[in-house]
Amino acid sequence: MNTVVTAQNLARHYEVGGGLFSKPSVVKALSEASFTIEAGKTLAVVGESGCGKSTLARLVTMIEEPTAGTLNIAGKDVTPDNWDTLRDTVQIVFQDPYGSLNLRHRVGAILEEPLKINRPDMSAKERQAKAREMIELVGLRPEHYDRFPHMFSGGQRQRIAVARALMLEPKLLVLDEPVSALDLSIQSQVLNLLLDLQERLDLAYLFISHDLSVVRHVADDVVVMYLGRPVEFGSKEAVFGNPRHPYTKALLSATPSTEPNPEKKRIKLEGELPSPLNIPDGCPFAPRCWKAKSKCREQRPDLMGEHPAACWYPEG
Amino acid sequence: MADVSSSTNTTPTTTVRPGRFKEFWRYFRENRGAVIGFYVFIFFLIVAIFAPLISPFEPSTQNRGATLVPPAWQDGGSWTYPLGTDPLGRDMLSRLIYGARYSFLVGTIVVILAATGGILTGLIAGFAPRWLDTIIMRIMDIILSIPSLLLALVLVAILGPSLLNAMIAIAIVLQPHYVRLTRAAVMTELSKDYVVSARVAGAKLPRLMFVTVLPNCLAPIIVQAALSFSNAILDVAALGFLGMGAQPPTPEWGTMLAESREFILRAWWVVTFPGVAILTTVLAINLMGDGLRDALDPKLKRS
Repeated sequence: MNTVVTAQNLARHYEVGGGLFSKPSVVKALSEASFTIEAGKTLAVVGESGCGKSTLARLVTMIEEPTAGTLNIAGKDVTPDNWDTLRDTVQIVFQDPYGSLNLRHRVGAILEEPLKINRPDMSAKERQAKAREMIELVGLRPEHYDRFPHMFSGGQRQRIAVARALMLEPKLLVLDEPVSALDLSIQSQVLNLLLDLQERLDLAYLFISHDLSVVRHVADDVVVMYLGRPVEFGSKEAVFGNPRHPYTKALLSATPSTEPNPEKKRIKLEGELPSPLNIPDGCPFAPRCWKAKSKCREQRPDLMGEHPAACWYPEG
Repeated sequence: MADVSSSTNTTPTTTVRPGRFKEFWRYFRENRGAVIGFYVFIFFLIVAIFAPLISPFEPSTQNRGATLVPPAWQDGGSWTYPLGTDPLGRDMLSRLIYGARYSFLVGTIVVILAATGGILTGLIAGFAPRWLDTIIMRIMDIILSIPSLLLALVLVAILGPSLLNAMIAIAIVLQPHYVRLTRAAVMTELSKDYVVSARVAGAKLPRLMFVTVLPNCLAPIIVQAALSFSNAILDVAALGFLGMGAQPPTPEWGTMLAESREFILRAWWVVTFPGVAILTTVLAINLMGDGLRDALDPKLKRS
């Protein structure tokens, strides 16, 4: 198989606060994230707000440098020195299509910018031809080339954002909640476009979302994150069919069902997400877990088992 | 089929640009003061451009036989000199018309100098690491903490009194406003996704500054430019009045005021008309600037 990305124990810590006399405290936004993505496959990362999903996206797209761990993209180790040469293998689509497009540029300029920067020897004519081709590929009309972003709807803007990300023909596309800012009816259009493009161009996706029904639709593998750490990893079937970590189970039970009289009971989590400044010893989920025992509060479980879950007393 | 696509291809180019301008004009028109200001501004601009064609006399031609002639509608006035003459027998109207040229020259050059410097410094401060940003902004705070006219006076005293030096001094005094405005705008824009997106596309600092971020910060800067245009005119007039700006016999409005100060009781017209000219221009430009602000940048709307 053709592996596009390998990450090993990626971590990103931020220093916050800290004045003249106080030491800054460290926020561990992401720790020990390991995964691989193969060409044509989708890895979905799910978890609630503040669990480190977007930090992971920023590391993989080389916006920020990891504090620890190694990242390997297309067979090359990623260091800040070779960021520039790896730019055209990884691109990102952001959540909010209203903020991710430069309102002062025309669609043509938005699409051609990555080429202008990374392919300096390409002629203006070739760039335009490529942009027009991409406009067609994402299902927009040719006349949209000369328009400004404010003249488009959310779904169309997200198509533009996808087109821009694809201009450099990347191998990996990081999708940071690409549909959660869109209307439900538009969501499925954009998702189907993404799936279609993946099939055609053999793209690898790192799909970040908190919407489990969307993840069920697009993912091959799923990583569940909690407070900056992966707590469960497995194929879509395994994670959705047989969740082992209690947190995953709680998440799944919170997915709205289309059945009029759902049989399953929703697990309600008690308490708040602990502050990432002060992550408890032991299992970070223990304060909210209904099956926590004393061992959970003392020792932190690592990802264990064939269908790995970071839990001392996994389900199923 | 081909017809349809070609006709839809042409419509965007013909509708997009006027659409934006029309929208701007619609908002601008709502403010009646701004529209009046705009027309007055245009009037002065035309007067300044066509000064040699409009003015009845050369601005520095002295007519010894007709010193301190009152305006035409007063006793002893004549239509040869509609607004009277000054103590040296120069036609007031011609001098005022030529004065408009100096005012616009001053406004334009000062705004260009101050805006270029200010925008560049502001961009650097916005993108710079914290220590450099702090140094730049504290220097700007120091400049702002000194009364502007006083600082301009000191600068002119160092550089030597002339119209050009007065303009340079005023540009330096006005610059911190641009720096602060640009820096604030840059900082809000920097946190937005499209900037990150440009970074992911590999954009380097100069491109990020001038192509990605700057065009999105322009609305408040344009407004500031319009408002400081009038400030520049006012300050140069003040410097001229104090003898530190344009030197006689330049028909600059502030200098004209200063020259005729001693005649204020005997011949009201030599002081009043330059003063009225300054007042009208400055008021018109300020009204127009307010309208621009409301039309371009609803966030800054006051009242």
